[in-house]
Parts: sequence; structure tokens; C-alpha cells
Amino acid sequence: MLFLETLIGGLLAGTMYSLVAIGFVLIYKASGVFNFAQGSILLFSALLFVTLHEAGVPFVVAILLTILALVLLAILIEKLVLRPLTNRSPMTLFMATLGLSYAIEGIAQGVMGATVHELDLGIDDVPIFIGDLLVSQFDLVAAVTAVILVTVLALLFNQTRIGISLRAVADDTRAALSIGINLNHIWQIVWAVAGMTGLVAGILWGARQGVQFSLSLVVLKALPVLIIGGFTSIGGAIAGGLIVGASENLAEAYIGPAIGGGITGWFAYFLALAFLFIRPAGLFGERAIERV
Amino acid sequence: MSAIANPYAESVELLRVDDIEVIYDSAVLAVSGVSLTVPKGAIIALLGANGAGKSTTLKAISGLVRADRAEVSSGSIHFQGQMSTHTPPHVLVQQGIVHVLEGRHVFAHLTVEENLRSGGFVRRPSRQSLQAGLERIYTWFPRLKEKRKVQAGYTSGGEQQMVAIGRALMTNPSMVLLDEPSMGLAPLIVQEIFEIVSQLNEKEGVSFLLAEQNIPVALKHAHYGYVLETGKIVLSGTAQELLQNTALQDAYLGKKQ
Ligand SMILES: Nc1ncnc2c1ncn2[C@@H]1O[C@H](COP(=O)(O)OP(=O)(O)OP(=O)(O)O)[C@@H](O)[C@H]1O
Ligand SMILES: [Mg+2]
Repeated sequence: MLFLETLIGGLLAGTMYSLVAIGFVLIYKASGVFNFAQGSILLFSALLFVTLHEAGVPFVVAILLTILALVLLAILIEKLVLRPLTNRSPMTLFMATLGLSYAIEGIAQGVMGATVHELDLGIDDVPIFIGDLLVSQFDLVAAVTAVILVTVLALLFNQTRIGISLRAVADDTRAALSIGINLNHIWQIVWAVAGMTGLVAGILWGARQGVQFSLSLVVLKALPVLIIGGFTSIGGAIAGGLIVGASENLAEAYIGPAIGGGITGWFAYFLALAFLFIRPAGLFGERAIERV
Repeated sequence: MSAIANPYAESVELLRVDDIEVIYDSAVLAVSGVSLTVPKGAIIALLGANGAGKSTTLKAISGLVRADRAEVSSGSIHFQGQMSTHTPPHVLVQQGIVHVLEGRHVFAHLTVEENLRSGGFVRRPSRQSLQAGLERIYTWFPRLKEKRKVQAGYTSGGEQQMVAIGRALMTNPSMVLLDEPSMGLAPLIVQEIFEIVSQLNEKEGVSFLLAEQNIPVALKHAHYGYVLETGKIVLSGTAQELLQNTALQDAYLGKKQ
């Protein structure tokens, strides 16, 4: 019973890692950039949302305004950073997102302050019984939210024209250009959508530990998730998040007492390292199709 | 029909390339002093050996040079009378130029049908007209209909070439830049593909600028041809003239073997 509860608790918490990782995967697939600024964008969106909310803006309106800001931010980033750096090396682009992350963080904190904001979503973080199992109500809500978001994204990418265009760009950028897909437009959309996954993750994390600077550090937690799941697969990001969440929780419960706890701080990295030895492309890393 | 069969009768100029020079990485001069025209409704061949500059010329016309860190550093390109030298690729596609890249470049993880659909998006068609576009491609390439649910990366080389051409036709082009369609394909498939190109030209009036190393096949279907050598046009003429030109045969065969 303890095992099952620990596992479920871990899986539920893991869905939030998955959310953060999905934002990375989207941008990586569309432009080959490891977007270090994803954490700052997450912080920016959560901070903006909580600031609006504290100022008395109703929940839904605050969400919509934040989404609007994220879309504008995506357009700005595309025009001012990505477009001028088109065709540069992945390292140059990575450095650019590094700079971007400090700029966004600085501006966000400069304008909205560096204090910790409480964020109360009205969900009690008390465990409830589901059958015989004791499960955190908050984790459950977070997981359901994540599942909804992932379903919407899956529909977007599988069915819509934007989704097909995006997968086309991920597959072969030159060919996408050759049939008139506007790459700049696709980048703007992808950065905006990645920002929105960041917003959802930011609100959920923020509600748990307060909206503050340390939120931007979830980037560092996304890294092992991506190494385990692979950088190019949304399914991989989901699986990676769940694996990290579950194993971290289990390790804390079963090995933790023996070595004095604190395992959740580093276990994910340990796991990722092990994966690097076994399966460097990650669980679901996309393989190039070898034609027969 | 006869106007299309003999495009020089009316000779409406669709594309004009004037003395262009293309430089990669601001350092490598790949093409210099290339001039050519494509009359409306014609099939024009661009011939030459490896590295002669055929692909570079096509990329200059479609605007894709920039994606390869290159630029048209002098000269000019006009499409339908409008200056298009520095127009972005997606705008050129909207205007009616589409480029089928060398090596096919299908979207390997997308199904055959998704590949085709993706070509239609640029026109922002309604659901019905996108579907009608698909049906048109399936009539040209019945084989693709059977494979429509298969990931394009898992189809044969010939089928991938058909996907690439079909995807390009979905943009509703007035001119197709076709880069080495025969590459790596069995002669029978090459024939089939060139046959379809000729038919598209005759029945729908689509113009083609066709880069090829396979001179006999290209000249069998083209009306007129240009020969490139190390970045320069060295010879041009009607398909008949070029076929009878011994210098071309010798030079080409000499390079090839
Ligand atoms: N991406 C690139 N970067 C630098 N130089 C290039 C690039 N692509 C082509 N070149 C150079 O430009 C010249 C012309 O190449 P191009 O690909 O246009 O020839 P081609 O006629 O298409 O040859 P092939 O029949 O082999 O396809 C070559 O000398 C080549 O080295
Ligand atoms: Mg070539």
C-alpha cells in the first residue's frame, strides 16, 4: 500500500516535470535550439499572472492577459533574436537563449518585484482517499490539468494545418521552406505555445512553493527529464517526467531513510546519467528513418 | 494546345534570370554570369556535370539560397515581370514558383497524404478545395493513393520523388523548379516521372525548369536547354540543336567518365 501510494504520488508530481519538458521539446523540434530561457519564461508568466491576480483581476481574465503577453513575447523573441541569428550554429543560438533568459528574468523581477508571491488556487493540498489509496488532491488536479493540456496539444499537432506544418519543419526545414511554409511564423507559434505550457506549469508549481525566482530553476530539473525521454519526442517528455517523478519519490521513501533523505535533490541527475550510458538518444529519441 | 506545344510562338516570358552571381558563405563563388529565360508553358532543361551550379541557380530563383548561407550578390531575377531577386521563399511560392529539391526531401515522419496536404497550406484553401487538390494529385500519381497512410520515409525512391512533385503541385504553381528528378532511380521510373512532367506541361500548362545530368532523358522532354559548366552558361539551344551538338556530347561524356 505504501509502495503504491508513493508511486502514484510520484507519478502525479512527475506530470509537472513533463509539462516543463514539453515546452523544451516543442522549441527543440521546430528550431533545433535548446531553449535555456524556458525557465525564465515560465517565471515571467507565473509572475505576471500572480501580479494581475493580486491586483484583483479575475482568474480567467488574468490567464488570458498572460497568454496575450506570452504571444507578444514570442513575436518579439522571434523578430529580435531568432530571425537575425537564422542559420547560425546551435551553440550560438543556445548562448542567445542564455542571454535571453537573464534579460527576461531581470525585466520580470525589475517590474514585478522579487518577493515571494503566495498563489492560492483554492485547492487544498490535503490528501484524499481514492478507494483505499491516499492521494494528494493538489497533485490530482495538477495531473488532470496536465493531461488536458497534453490532449489539446496532441490534437493540435496531429489534426491541424499548423500541427502538420510544425512537424514538417521539424522533419526537414528546407523542404518546408520550399513549399511556402513561413518559418518565422512557425517559430512565433511554437514559442507562444511553449510559453503557454510554461504558464500552466508555472501556476501549478507556483501554487505549491510560491511564485518566486527559484521557479526558473525548474529548467535544471527538465534536463534529466529530457535526457531520459529524448529531446525530440513529446511522448518522451511525458514518460521522462513520470519516470523521474515516480523514481524520485520511491527513492526518497525507500533509500532516503538509510542515507538521511534529501534524495529528490539529485536522484533525477543520477538516473539521467545512468540513461546516458544505456540509451544516449533517450527512451523515445526520434530515429531517422532509414529507407529500405 | 498548339501554343503550349510551341511556347516560342507567343513567347510570354515567365522567368528571366539576368547575369546573376551567387556566393556561399560570403566566400565561395558558385555561379557567375548566368542568364536564362523560361517562356510561359515551356520545359527548359538546365544541364551540367556535378558541381556545375545547377542547384545553386535553382535555389537563387526560389530564394532558398539564403537557407544555405548564400546570396545573389549581383544580377537580377524577374518572375512574371516583377523583380524577385530578394523575395522570401514563401512569398515566391504564393506567387507561383515552387522548388522540388535535389534528393527529394520528403517529410519522412509524415504520411504520404500529410506530405501532400502540407503543400496546399500556402494557398489557405478551404477544406473542400484542399481535398480537390489531393484528388488531382492522386489522378496524376495513382500509386500515392494506395500509400497515402504510409510514412513517406518508408516509401520507395520513385514514390518519394512522386510525393515531392505532388507536394509541390499542391501549391498550384505556374512554374516548377525540378532538381535532378532522375537521381538514383531506375530507368523505368525515370521515364514514368518524365512522362508525367510532359503531361502536366501539355494538359495544365505548368512550366518547368529542370536541372539534370541525364542529358538524353532531359532533352527528350524539354523544349530548350542551357548547359552550365563551372558556374557559367557555355551553351544553349533547342532540344534538337543540343542533341545534335557533338561538343556537348563529348564534353559531357568526358566529364562523366
Ligand atoms: N552549401 C554550400 N556551401 C558552399 N558551397 C556550396 C554549397 N552548395 C554548393 N556549393 C558549391 O557551389 C558549386 C555549385 O554547386 P551546385 O550544387 O549548384 O552544383 P550542381 O550543378 O547542382 O551539382 P550536382 O549535379 O552535383 O548536384 C560547387 O562548386 C559547390 O562546391
Ligand atoms: Mg545539384
